[in-house]
Amino acid sequence: MSTTVWLIPAFPLVGALLNIFFGGVIGRRAHWIAVPALAGSFLASCVLFANVVPGETLTTTLFAWVVAGDFETSVVAYIDPLTAVMLLVVTGVGALIHLYSVGYMHDDPGYARYFAYMNLFVFSMTMLVLAGNFLLLYVFWEAVGLCSYLLIGFWYTRPAAAQAGKKAFIVNRVGDFGFGLGIMWIWSAMGTLDYDRVFKGAAELPPATATGIALLLFMGACGKSAQLPLHTWLPDAMEGPTPVSALIHAATMVTAGVYMVARSRALFERSPVALEVVAWVGVATALFAATIALIQTDIKRVLAYSTVSQLGYMFTAVGLGAYAAGIFHLVTHAFFKALLFLGAGSVIHGLGGEQDLRKMGGLSSRMVTTTITTTIGALGLAGLPGLAGFFSKDEILAAAFVTGRRGIWALLLLGAFFTAFYTARMLFLAFYSGPRMTREAAHHVHEAPGVMTLPLAVLAVLTVISGVALGIPSEHGTRFARFLAPVFPVHDGGHGGFAALLVLVMAVLVFTAGIALAWVVYMAAPIRADAIGRPKTVVHALLLNAYYVDPLYDRVIVRPLLALSEFLARVFDLRLIDGLVNALGRSVVVWAAGIRHLQTGYTVNYALTMLAGAVAILAFLLSR
Amino acid sequence: MIGLPAYLILGALVFSIGLFGVLTRRNAVGILLGIELMLNAVNINLVAFARFNGDVAGLVFTLFTISITVAEVAVGLAIVIAIFRVRRTVEADRLDLLRG
Repeated sequence: MSTTVWLIPAFPLVGALLNIFFGGVIGRRAHWIAVPALAGSFLASCVLFANVVPGETLTTTLFAWVVAGDFETSVVAYIDPLTAVMLLVVTGVGALIHLYSVGYMHDDPGYARYFAYMNLFVFSMTMLVLAGNFLLLYVFWEAVGLCSYLLIGFWYTRPAAAQAGKKAFIVNRVGDFGFGLGIMWIWSAMGTLDYDRVFKGAAELPPATATGIALLLFMGACGKSAQLPLHTWLPDAMEGPTPVSALIHAATMVTAGVYMVARSRALFERSPVALEVVAWVGVATALFAATIALIQTDIKRVLAYSTVSQLGYMFTAVGLGAYAAGIFHLVTHAFFKALLFLGAGSVIHGLGGEQDLRKMGGLSSRMVTTTITTTIGALGLAGLPGLAGFFSKDEILAAAFVTGRRGIWALLLLGAFFTAFYTARMLFLAFYSGPRMTREAAHHVHEAPGVMTLPLAVLAVLTVISGVALGIPSEHGTRFARFLAPVFPVHDGGHGGFAALLVLVMAVLVFTAGIALAWVVYMAAPIRADAIGRPKTVVHALLLNAYYVDPLYDRVIVRPLLALSEFLARVFDLRLIDGLVNALGRSVVVWAAGIRHLQTGYTVNYALTMLAGAVAILAFLLSR
Repeated sequence: MIGLPAYLILGALVFSIGLFGVLTRRNAVGILLGIELMLNAVNINLVAFARFNGDVAGLVFTLFTISITVAEVAVGLAIVIAIFRVRRTVEADRLDLLRG
C-alpha cells in the first residue's frame, strides 16, 4: 500500500527529471514520457482510492527528514478519504490536460520544457496533498508556486508573460509570509507540526492563539487561492499557455488554499472569528470577482475572474463549516472549469491565438465538438439543474441557508445570478452570435485535433455525471459528503422540507434569469463588435478595470516600495554603507603614508632596531 | 685558576665587537665578518658553560654552530657575489631597494 502511495508523486517526478535533463534529445517526443507518467500516477491514485478505509487515517513515512534536537519532521504521507479525492482530481484532470497539451503545444519550441514543468507541477501538487505535516505542506506549497511562476512565464520572451509570472510569485509571497508565520506559531505553541498531533492538540489551544494561527494560515490560503485582497495575480496569470490556466489556475493549485483550510479545520473550528473571516472573505470575493467577470472582453479573463469567484464560494462553504460542500464544489469546479478553459483553448487554437470575445462569434457551426462540450461546461458552471455545478453550488447555498446565515445566502444567490449571466454571455459571444472576426481569420477557423477534443469530451461527461452520481442530497447528506464523513462530520437534517425546496427553487430561478438576461442583451438582436466591452457608464468603467485594484496597489504599495528601494540603493547603500567602507580604506592609506618612512631599506638600520629591541627586552626582564 | 666570569666577559666583548662591526661596517663582507665574531662569542659561552658545568651538550652544540656557520658564510658570500654582479657594489647602505 505504501509503495502505491509513493508511486503517485514518483511517476511525474521521474517524468519531469527525464524531460529536464534529456529534453534536448527527447524534443518532440516529450509527451511519450509526460502523459504516461500522469496516467501511471492516476492509476496509482485509483488503487489508493479503492483501498482507502473510511474512518481510518493511514500514515506512511518515507524517511526522517529533519532531526534536530527535539524537532523532528519526516517525509510522511497522510491518507484519508479527503486525500484520496484530491489525488484523483489532481492526477485525473492533470492527465486529461497533459493529453490536451500534446495538441495545443504541438509546434511550440519549448515542448520538452513545457512537459517537464507540467510534470513537476503535478509532482508538487500530489506531494502537497499527501503531506502529513505542515513543514512538508509548506515546502510543496512553495513548489507549486514555483511551477506556477515557471508556467505563467513560459513564453518568457513576451514581456507581459514575464511580468505576470513575477506578479504571481510576489503576490503569493505576501500570503506565504503569513502562512510561514502561522506554521512557526503552531510549532512554538504545540511543539509539533505533524497533522495528527496538531489536530488533536488544537482543542486545548487558547482561543486567541488559535485565532492568530488560523488567520495567518488563511492569509497563505488567500494568496494561493486568489482571494481578496491578494486576488490580483490570477487574472494576469492568463498570460501562460491555456492548458496551464486550466490545470493550475483553475482546477488544482488555486484550490490548495481551500484544501488546506478544510484539512486544518481543527484549528479553524477552535476560533469562531477565523471561520467568520474565512466565510466573509469568500462571500466578498465571490461577488467582487463575479461582477468583474460580467464585462471582460478577454475570454480567458472572464474565466479567470469566474475562478476567483467560485473559489470564494468554496471558502464561504468552508467558513460556514460545510467542508464537504466546499470540497465537492472544488471537485466539480475542477471538472467544468478545466473543461471551459480547454474549450477556450480550443477556440483560441482554432482562431490562431485570438482571445478577444469581440472578434469571435458564430463558432458553433465550425467547431462542433468544442461547442457542445464547452456549452456543457458553461451550463455546469452556471448551474443548470442536473449538472455538476448545480448540485455543488446548491449544497453551499443550502449550507448558508440552514445555518441561519440568510445574508450570506442572499449574497451568494446574487453571485449565482452574475455567474449565470457572464457564463451565458461568454458562450453566446464566442459560439452562438453572428461571426465578428475578419474574413481572413474566419477562413482559418478549424476544429481542434482529436487529442484535444477527447479530453474535452471526457470532462464534459464528468460534468454531466458527477453531480447526479455524487451530489443528490438526502437526509444524511450527499453521497460525496458520506464518503468524506470520517473527515468531515455530516450535518444531519440540512435537507428536506420547505427550506431545501426554497433554496432549490431560488437557485433555478436565478439561473434562468441570468441566462435569459444574457440572451436578451447579446442574442436577441445582432450585436456589433465595438458595442461590447466599451465603457458606457462609470460602473462599466469600474468593472472593466477590475475596480481599479491594480492601479491602487501600484500607487499605494508598489511605487512607494520602489521609491524606498531606490533610496536605499542609491543613497543609503552607495553613500552611507559604501562611504563608511571607503573612509576606512582611505584612513588606512593616510596612516600608511606616514608610517612607510620607517622602512629605510638599509639593513644596518634594521639591525640597530633589533639591537635596541633586544636591549629593551633584556632591560625589562632584568628590572623585574 | 681563571673563573667562569672571565670567559663570559671575553664572550661579551667578542659579541660586542662583532655587533659593532655589523652596525658600522658599510662593506657587506665586513658585516659578514662581524656576524662571524658574534657567533664565535656564543661558541665561547657554550664551551665555557660546558667546561664549568661538566655538561658535554654545550660542546656538541658548538660543533653544530661551527658547521652551520660554515654553511652560512658560504651562502652569505655567494649572495654578496651575486649582488656585486648585479649592482657593481657591495656597499650595504647603497642597497636600499626595499625602502618604503
